[in-house]
Amino acid sequence: MAKRKTTIKTLAKKATQNGRSNGNGTPVRLAVQKTYKLYIGGAFPRTESGRYYKLKNNSNTLIANMCLGSRKDFRNSVVAARKAQGKWASRTAYNRSQILYRIAEMLEERRDQFIATLSDLGYTAKQAAREVDATVDRAVHYAGWADKYQQIYSAVNPVASAHFNFSVLEPMGVVAIFAPENHGLLGLASAIFPAICGGNAVVILASEKEATAAINFAEVLHTSDLPGGVVNILTGKRAELRDHFATHKDVNAFVYYGSNKADKKAIQTQAADNLKRPIFIDESDLFKNYHESPYRILATTETKTTWHPIASDMTGGGGAY
Amino acid sequence: MAKTYPSFSSPTIDQVGAEERAARFTKRSIKKAAKVQALKLALNMVDLTTLEGADTPGKVQQLCQKALHPHLGYPGLPTTAAVCVYPTMVRVAKNLVKGSGVKVAAVATAFPSGQAPQDVKIRDTKYAVSEGADEVDMVISRGKFLSGEYEYVYDEIAAIKEACGKARLKVILETGELGTLDNIRKASDIAILAGADFIKTSTGKISPAATMPVTLVMLEAIRDYYFKTGTMIGMKPAGGIRTAKQAVHYLVMVRETLGQDWLTNQWFRFGASSLANNLILQLIKQRDGVYGSMDYISKD
Repeated sequence: MAKRKTTIKTLAKKATQNGRSNGNGTPVRLAVQKTYKLYIGGAFPRTESGRYYKLKNNSNTLIANMCLGSRKDFRNSVVAARKAQGKWASRTAYNRSQILYRIAEMLEERRDQFIATLSDLGYTAKQAAREVDATVDRAVHYAGWADKYQQIYSAVNPVASAHFNFSVLEPMGVVAIFAPENHGLLGLASAIFPAICGGNAVVILASEKEATAAINFAEVLHTSDLPGGVVNILTGKRAELRDHFATHKDVNAFVYYGSNKADKKAIQTQAADNLKRPIFIDESDLFKNYHESPYRILATTETKTTWHPIASDMTGGGGAY
Repeated sequence: MAKTYPSFSSPTIDQVGAEERAARFTKRSIKKAAKVQALKLALNMVDLTTLEGADTPGKVQQLCQKALHPHLGYPGLPTTAAVCVYPTMVRVAKNLVKGSGVKVAAVATAFPSGQAPQDVKIRDTKYAVSEGADEVDMVISRGKFLSGEYEYVYDEIAAIKEACGKARLKVILETGELGTLDNIRKASDIAILAGADFIKTSTGKISPAATMPVTLVMLEAIRDYYFKTGTMIGMKPAGGIRTAKQAVHYLVMVRETLGQDWLTNQWFRFGASSLANNLILQLIKQRDGVYGSMDYISKD
């Protein structure tokens, strides 16, 4: 496979050569730049608002114009997520596992592309490779859990009446997420995997300063047999979207990566309106083990307990009626 | 004495023009108070519909409850215009909505295909009316229309109109089966001349159902007839209108094609089942300022 070496620098260099010949009479090829859009309902629409922000790396090079997602993009995403969630949850656990593993496969194959994307954003080659590899591993990790976490957290409960009493996990539904601001790829993926592993649909706001990695990752999701709408990725600004994420009544949980105290307080207050579950996760060191844990899956599930009547005469030899 | 087929000629329709004109109605900016007013008006124009083989009196009862009290968490909402059911369910519905102003519409004449002998269709209609239907939604014989037997279609509508007595007659053209806008215009003219009180796009059983260009062509047929005779005819797009946004587009189209007089449920209806809940969802959004959830709205 040809090694892909295109970085923003080389693209910029090509751009300055546009229209010139390279000396032997053949014109220089015009570089084709990618338009980064949103990922909603299994499609890649532009933002409804028509706005954008300039994404620059540490050395102030323009990397791309990213969609500045609006509250209506968020609204549309929630509609898409709600529509997709029921069917996703009713897939077999085994199938969800297969699809998570497929994500790992697709990402692995695009390893070089993602290393290039992250390099553009200012990662060293070593850092970029570490991040991509960790993301692939994380997909495999949660693929493994998809058909196992139920056994860990479900239970038959001892009760002092004539009931067979058991608790099982169900997905919460639509989970809104503010992805970590650092680690545009690993952070995003670490937030998405446990939620979809548990049968939820996700609307996630990507890291603002590393958003290209998120939209490239959407292409991986798109080609991994993940049904459209199960994951929806927006790019934009936290400050603009926070209140809408926290107040939307069709959102069942809000996972917030970060440490801004004002954000946390506002989210807790607004989430109370429809008893949305606010979940705050420290975004420091995403390589640590605790980001790879079945407790992450548990965080966005509800426990359903069922009381099933059995024979009322405990001495009568049993048998359900 | 049935009327005889009149001589008339329908204008031909510029399809591209109709589509572009219809698209333009979707560009109006209707916000805040005007939007709330439009949403409430649209809710008041809904014919809440259940037309399933699996309909039961219980289901119809639920539907009627929804029609009378669209959402308990929003005091002051209007009722829907009518409930639309099969003839066998008319009596159940009629007893439930009595005195509320909500009408009961019955689909008759071998709905949805219309493939039955004329005397069966007339009996079907008379049965619905005798059960207490305020309105009858009939289907035209598309097979006859497409094979050029316009007089048959005309006579049938006139005969059903006679069987309706005082009940208002809505004539369903099933535009999705008519093929061209020219045919739709011609069918509209035939229905209006034969005595329809309302013309209606679709049964909701086939796709495409109501679209804006199709509805525009029908509205223009109504307008031309009004200019010629001074008689108002009602319009009911049905099927495929699911969102509040679409409903507002239709209201704009009616307002800009026929005028203010048609903006009441006397002259304009939406045939829909899921539209009402979407309208309620948007009304709640306008009132509370945050996006709502279907979890808080009764399913019909």
